[in-house]
Amino acid sequence: MVALSALHPGEQGVVAELLGGRGVLGRMASLGFTPGAKVRMLQNFGHGPLIVLLRDTRVALGRGEARKVRMLRK
Amino acid sequence: MTDENIITVALAGQPNVGKSTLFNLLTGLNQHVGNWPGKTVERKEGTFAFNGATYRLVDLPGTYSLTANSSEEVIARDFIIKERPDVVVVVVDAAILERSLYLVAELMPLPAPVIVALNMMDVAQQEGFRIEPEVLEAALGVKVVPMVAARNVGVRELVRAIDTVARDSYVYTPKRPKIRADHRDVLAKIEALIEGYVPQPYPQDWVALKLLEGDREITRMMRECMPDERWEAVHDVLRAHDDALMAVASGRYEWIGRMIRAAVTRPKAGQIGLTERLDRWATHPLWGLLILAGILGLIFWLTYTIGAPLQDMLNIYVVSGLAELARAGLAGAPTWLSDLIVDGAIGGVGAVLTFLPILVIFFAVMGALEDIGYMARAAYVMDGFMHLMGLHGKSFLPLFLGFGCNVPAVLGARVIESRRARLLTILLAPLIPCTARMAVVAFLSPAFFGSAATLVSWGLVLLALVVLALSGVLINKTIFRGQRAAFIMELPLYHLPNWRTIGLLVWQRSLAFLKKAGTLILTVSVVVWALSVLPGGEIETSFLAQIGRWLEPAGRLMGFDWRLMVALLTSFIAKENSIATMGVLFGTGEEAGLAETMAATFPASTALAFLVVQMLFVPCVATVAVVRQESGSWWWTLFNLGFLLAVSWAAGVVIFWLAGMGGL
Repeated sequence: MVALSALHPGEQGVVAELLGGRGVLGRMASLGFTPGAKVRMLQNFGHGPLIVLLRDTRVALGRGEARKVRMLRK
Repeated sequence: MTDENIITVALAGQPNVGKSTLFNLLTGLNQHVGNWPGKTVERKEGTFAFNGATYRLVDLPGTYSLTANSSEEVIARDFIIKERPDVVVVVVDAAILERSLYLVAELMPLPAPVIVALNMMDVAQQEGFRIEPEVLEAALGVKVVPMVAARNVGVRELVRAIDTVARDSYVYTPKRPKIRADHRDVLAKIEALIEGYVPQPYPQDWVALKLLEGDREITRMMRECMPDERWEAVHDVLRAHDDALMAVASGRYEWIGRMIRAAVTRPKAGQIGLTERLDRWATHPLWGLLILAGILGLIFWLTYTIGAPLQDMLNIYVVSGLAELARAGLAGAPTWLSDLIVDGAIGGVGAVLTFLPILVIFFAVMGALEDIGYMARAAYVMDGFMHLMGLHGKSFLPLFLGFGCNVPAVLGARVIESRRARLLTILLAPLIPCTARMAVVAFLSPAFFGSAATLVSWGLVLLALVVLALSGVLINKTIFRGQRAAFIMELPLYHLPNWRTIGLLVWQRSLAFLKKAGTLILTVSVVVWALSVLPGGEIETSFLAQIGRWLEPAGRLMGFDWRLMVALLTSFIAKENSIATMGVLFGTGEEAGLAETMAATFPASTALAFLVVQMLFVPCVATVAVVRQESGSWWWTLFNLGFLLAVSWAAGVVIFWLAGMGGL
C-alpha cells in the first residue's frame, strides 16, 4: 500500500482506505473517494497540490489530504 | 403547497452541472434573489407557467452530497424534508454520470418524487460516452430527461415531466438504494432504538442512516430528542461502527454502478480531451502562473480602458448634471436645503454610481471565468501560497480584484465554499490597496519625498500586503484556531460560457449592490455631510472638526493635528475625499498648492505615517456595507472595523518612530 501522494503521473491505483476526521472523509466520499474507486494520477510535481482523475472527474487536492488516502498500486 | 394552484419544484444538483443555466432558462426574469433565512447562502426562486398551472421553482444550493458538511447541504435537505416540494428536479452531468448520481442516491430516500435532468448530453458524447436515458430510467424507477440546457434542448420535455409527476395520478416507484449487506443489521438496530423519538417531519429510516454516517446535525437533534440512557444505547452502537461512513458512501457508489451498467458505454481509455490538453498549461506550476498573470493583466486593462472613462462620464454627465439641475430647481429654497440635496444626497448617489462600471466589469469577468471552468484552475495554482495565510486558493482572485476596488473583492468571496475561508477573505479584503487609496498616495508622496516618491508608493503597497499576510496568519491562528477546510476541489470540464447566465448574474449582483449598499452609502454620506457643516456652516467649526480635535491626542503620537484626523474621517465616504477635505482645511483647494502647503506644515515622518494609516485605515462605507452583507453579521463587521483601526494606528505610530529615528 502507498499513499496517493506517492503515485507518479500516469500511474493508477485503487483506493484501499481513507484516514482522517469525519468532516474531511465526508467531503472526500462525496467527490468519489471511497474504497474500491479507481484513481489515475494526472499531475504530481512532488510538492504542492496534485490532480487526479477518478469517476470521470478531475479532482485537485492538497498534498496533506492525498497522504491520507491509502492506495493499492495497479 | 399552501396554495392549491401553485406547484413547488425544488432544483437540486452538484456544482458545475449547469443548474443555474437551467434555472434561468425556466424562469427568465421572473426570479427573486435573496438569502436563506438566517444564512448568507444565496436563495433564488422563480416562477413559470405551463399547462394552466403556476410552478414555483426553488433553486437549492449546489452540493455534492446531503451529509451536513456545510450549511448548503443542511439547507438543501431541510427544504425537501420540511417544505415537501411537489417535485425535486436533480440536474446531473451526463459526462460525470457516476459521481453526479451520488446526489440522486442521497435524494431518493427523501419524501419527494425525483426527476433526473440528464444535462450536458453533448459534452458526454464529445467525451465518448454513449448513454441510453430510457435504460437509466428503467433502472432508477424515476423519470430521466436527457437535455442540453445551454442550447435549450430538452427543456420542454423536462417541464412536461414535471407536470406529469406533480399530478396526483402519478405513481412514484423509485428503486431506492439500499445499504450494503454488511451494515444492514446495524441500521436495523439503530432504527429500532430510535423508533418513536424521531421528530416530525423527519423520515425515521433516513435519520437512522444519517446517524450511521455520523452526520453532526442529525446526531445533535437525536441526542436532544431522546432520553439519556436510550441515547447511550444508540451511541454505543454507533461507536462500534465508526467506519460506517465509508461503508454507506461506497454502498451508494456500488448502487450507482449497478444503475448505469446497462445504460452507459464508456469511452476507450487513453483518449485525451480538450480539458486535459488545456490543463497541461493552465495547472502547470510555471505556465499556470503566467496564464493567470495574463488574465489578471487583461482584467485591469479592461478596467482602465472601459471602466475608468465610464466612471468619468457618469461623474460629469449624471452626477454633475443632477447637481446642476437640483441647484437650479432649488434656487428659491433655503441654502441649507439645496446644500443638503446637492452636497449630501447627490454626493452620496455619485459615490454609489461611480462604483457601477468597475463592479459590472468585475462581476462579468468573475462570472465568465467561473462559467468557463477556469476559476478552479486559478485556485489550484495559487493554493500553496494562500494556504500560508489560512486562506483557500479560491480566495486569490477576489482579493486580487481588490486592487481595483475592495467592493468586488468582498462580493467575490462568495465563490469560496468553506465558510471560514470565505469570512477570512472578507475580513482581509479591505487591506488590499484599492485605486482610490493609491490616488491619495500618488497625490501626496511627490511633495514630501520628491524622487523617492515611487519607491515610497511601492513600499506602502508592500507594507499593506505584509500586514494582510500577518493579519491572515494571526486571525487564522487565534480566532479560527488554525482550523482549515481540506483542499479538495473539482476541476470541472472547460466549456463555452453561457452569456445569458453571466448577464443575469451581473444584473442581479449589481442590482443587489445598488439596493442594499446604496441605502447605507447614501445615509452615511448625508450624515457625514451634516456633521461637516453643522452647526455653523463651516467645516472648521463643525461637529466633525470637534470630533477631529477630540481625537487629536491619538494622532499626536504620529505628529497629526486635528485636520489630518478630520481628513481620515471623511475618507470613510470615499478614500479620495481626504484630499478634498484637506484642501478645505488648509485653505488651498485641491490643486498642487495643497501638497506643498502640507510639506511645509508637517515633517516627512508625519506624512509617511499619514500615508500608512490611510493605506490600512477603515475602508470606505461601500466596502463596509458589503462586508456586512456578505458576512451576514454586524459583529464580524464591527470586529473588522476595530481590527483595521487598531492595525492602522499601530502601524502609523511604529512607522512614525522609525522614520523619526531614521532622520526623516
